[in-house]
Amino acid sequence: MTDSTTALRITPAERTSAPTSTKVAIDIRDLDFYYGKGHALKDVSMAIPANSVTAIIGPSGCGKSTLLRTINRIFELYPEQYAAGSITIDGRNVLDRRYPLSDLRRLVGMVFQKPTPFPSSIRSNVAFALSYYERLSKSEINDRVEDALRQAALWDEVKDKLNHSALGLSGGQQQRLCIARTIAVRPEILLLDEATSALDPISTAKVEELIDELRERFTIVIVTHNMQQAARVSQRTAFFHLGELIEFGSTSEIFTNPHEQKTRDYITGRYG
Amino acid sequence: MAIPARRRVADVAAFAFATTATVFGLVWLAWILWTTLRQGAAALTPSLFSQMTPPPGATGGLINAFYGSAVMILLGLVIGTPIGVAAGTYLAEHGRYTRLAAIVSFVNDILLSAPSIVVGLFVYELVVRTAGHFSGYAGALSLAMILLPIVVRTTEESLRLIPDQMREAGFALGLPRWRVTRQILYKAALSAILTGILLGVARIAGETAPLLFTALNNQFWSSSLNGPLANVPVVIFQYAMSPYDEWHTLAWAGAFVLTAFVLILNILVRLLARKGNQP
Amino acid sequence: MNATAADPAELASSPRKSGAGADRAFQLITAGAAWLVLLLLGGVAVSMAWGGRLAFKTFGWHFVTGKDWDVVGGKFGAFVPIYGTLVTSAIALMIAVPVSIGIALFLTDIAPRWTRGPIAIAIELLAAIPSIIYGMWGLFVFAPFMAAHVEPWLSGHFGNKPLIGPLFSGPPIGIGMLTAGIVLGIMVIPFISSVAREVFSAVPAPLKESAVALGSTRWEILSRVTLPYTRSAVIGAIFLGLGRALGETMAVTFVLGNAHDLSASLLMPSNSIAAAIANEFTEADTDLYRSSLIALGFLLFVVTFVVLTIAKLMLLRLNRQLGRTH
Repeated sequence: MTDSTTALRITPAERTSAPTSTKVAIDIRDLDFYYGKGHALKDVSMAIPANSVTAIIGPSGCGKSTLLRTINRIFELYPEQYAAGSITIDGRNVLDRRYPLSDLRRLVGMVFQKPTPFPSSIRSNVAFALSYYERLSKSEINDRVEDALRQAALWDEVKDKLNHSALGLSGGQQQRLCIARTIAVRPEILLLDEATSALDPISTAKVEELIDELRERFTIVIVTHNMQQAARVSQRTAFFHLGELIEFGSTSEIFTNPHEQKTRDYITGRYG
Repeated sequence: MAIPARRRVADVAAFAFATTATVFGLVWLAWILWTTLRQGAAALTPSLFSQMTPPPGATGGLINAFYGSAVMILLGLVIGTPIGVAAGTYLAEHGRYTRLAAIVSFVNDILLSAPSIVVGLFVYELVVRTAGHFSGYAGALSLAMILLPIVVRTTEESLRLIPDQMREAGFALGLPRWRVTRQILYKAALSAILTGILLGVARIAGETAPLLFTALNNQFWSSSLNGPLANVPVVIFQYAMSPYDEWHTLAWAGAFVLTAFVLILNILVRLLARKGNQP
Repeated sequence: MNATAADPAELASSPRKSGAGADRAFQLITAGAAWLVLLLLGGVAVSMAWGGRLAFKTFGWHFVTGKDWDVVGGKFGAFVPIYGTLVTSAIALMIAVPVSIGIALFLTDIAPRWTRGPIAIAIELLAAIPSIIYGMWGLFVFAPFMAAHVEPWLSGHFGNKPLIGPLFSGPPIGIGMLTAGIVLGIMVIPFISSVAREVFSAVPAPLKESAVALGSTRWEILSRVTLPYTRSAVIGAIFLGLGRALGETMAVTFVLGNAHDLSASLLMPSNSIAAAIANEFTEADTDLYRSSLIALGFLLFVVTFVVLTIAKLMLLRLNRQLGRTH
């Protein structure tokens, strides 16, 4: 077989130039994913470092969103989808059936491509899951709401209309609201699934700035079809193709000097 | 290139046919509404709302019928709505990919169009025979049975309209399904479900057949649901089929009020639906 | 390190523990309600069969074919009500089907856009009007109209023709199968036309556009593109209308006449299953009488169930065609 096949057998740690002493937030090993009969993720292993931004790139259908949706097990909503392998966070395999979903989703937050504000007020949106996870007084909740909105760089824009409907916000603001809602419960990991694809350039820039600020407190994994965004925002990048992890390394290396031919082809725009 | 005459004739004929058909339908609507308006308005008197149904040949009002109908519709609503919303939620959410849900959805649609007189017979066998007498409870139950499939279908459709991403966003926060459904989905689908319920009310308000052998009718005022209860549709039926002119007049008055109620409800619902579509 | 992460003690004491229990309760409640819907259908079928068992036992198959309805002698046969039901429904469909398709064509193709909404709503109102109102209008206005203007003309012109003559003979009393069939037809129009309208507009635009580009006329697009494409759904809609017509009670009760004699003429009164039950149930004083009426109800239930099942299957077929998943 060709070079690339043997290259796949090399573990990420050996193939990359990142310092191996960095803490691993998400340790994915031998992950397979199936949509019914379709084999969407093939034997994926990667170690995602903590407190940094990891970008997942690749052409449509390569499995990048699927990978994200496996980490927080949101795929379990759908009957024909299942995953095999292990994903270890904080020393426990979260793919294990016995690992409680609510614990997992407390730990791992997700923001989707299309902003999905709930049909209630801005304050209620941000505090939505708070009262479910923790017993807080009303003032504590308000503090947490403010804290989350500040972190999401939305506070100044909405502080006077916290009780207004969230549906009245612009697209970019709604997305930042969704981010605030997700970080309000203080997860460790943030998964952003094409979170800026539906936004205009200005809102996109704001969210990218946000991602950079947030990585001090969270481990962030973003999926994007926009290579420039991946280059701007992430420290590590993983390139997927047809369900396989082709290459995983520091962002600068992936974009300036990739090891794999397929990676090189994608980066240079040979195929979309 | 000119179209050959034969094809052109067929086209014009189709145009004429479609237009005629529409006018045809609208003419009947106008005729029926005009009749009801004319006959009913002539029969409207203040005593309609202050007096009770009279004995043969005498004049009176319909207040006991209005009361009975209102009580049974309300009770039917109270019984049918929660069950309908729960079942509709199962079809759209918990049971979405199950075979049970597919079967129930299918069966529900059949119940929706089933003859209402059969419902009346069923409740007769179940309640009236066992209790030994007609009752407003039986009447309310049969109305609930007619309302139920409507609410189930409306709830299912309204919930399905909500994009999956909204659900995923709720679940991704770690919320359990009942919270996602109650706090997010029901809120998002609220106006749609409400309009469905209102349309259901309009439907059961006009139902006669199921009440014929359940609540029957009562010439006198009765506040007890445990016996025959006066109601508008059955009064109209009995009075219209009778040979007495005064009773005919009263029947038209009742018909007018009933029609007005149903039409206003329908128009209200459409206005609400239009407002709901505008953010 | 992530200083703001929740500590394990907080996680353990959170109210989430109740989440699992509440979820299971919610699941049970909703599933239970769904089962209830199924049980109701089953219950209706069973109770009708049970209530009619005396009649079925007494008369056997002759119940369906028997023409007698002798209250005093205790001999009941369903043939006349069945006949009346079928004839009035047939007349209703003969009127409603072409009219509904015409209306659907009008609303999807011919009417100026700003009129489509109001006209559609007006047609829907035909369905909203309670059937008892149709009955009253039929009895007091339409039947006399038929008796005065239409029926004499019909019996005069066709009454003595071969073959169809017997259909139009008899005194013009207004109450009868023809009148009932017409009223039923008007009632059924909105049901068929709303489905037809929905599926006509669901025909993919490229199909229609390529026909237009080839120079097809409106009629040709309807007959060669729209109707073939929506065929299953239109048939489904027709069955839906039939199901409604078969079970309609009040409108028919007022204008059909509650007669128990079989007559070939459409101008004569007759009976329908639903009308017979509505008219006589509260007066049924013997067990056999009551059981016969319930047996009639059972027959009606079975027939409408079959018809509506066919309707639903046909409608589902189009959904599958259009790629809708449910």
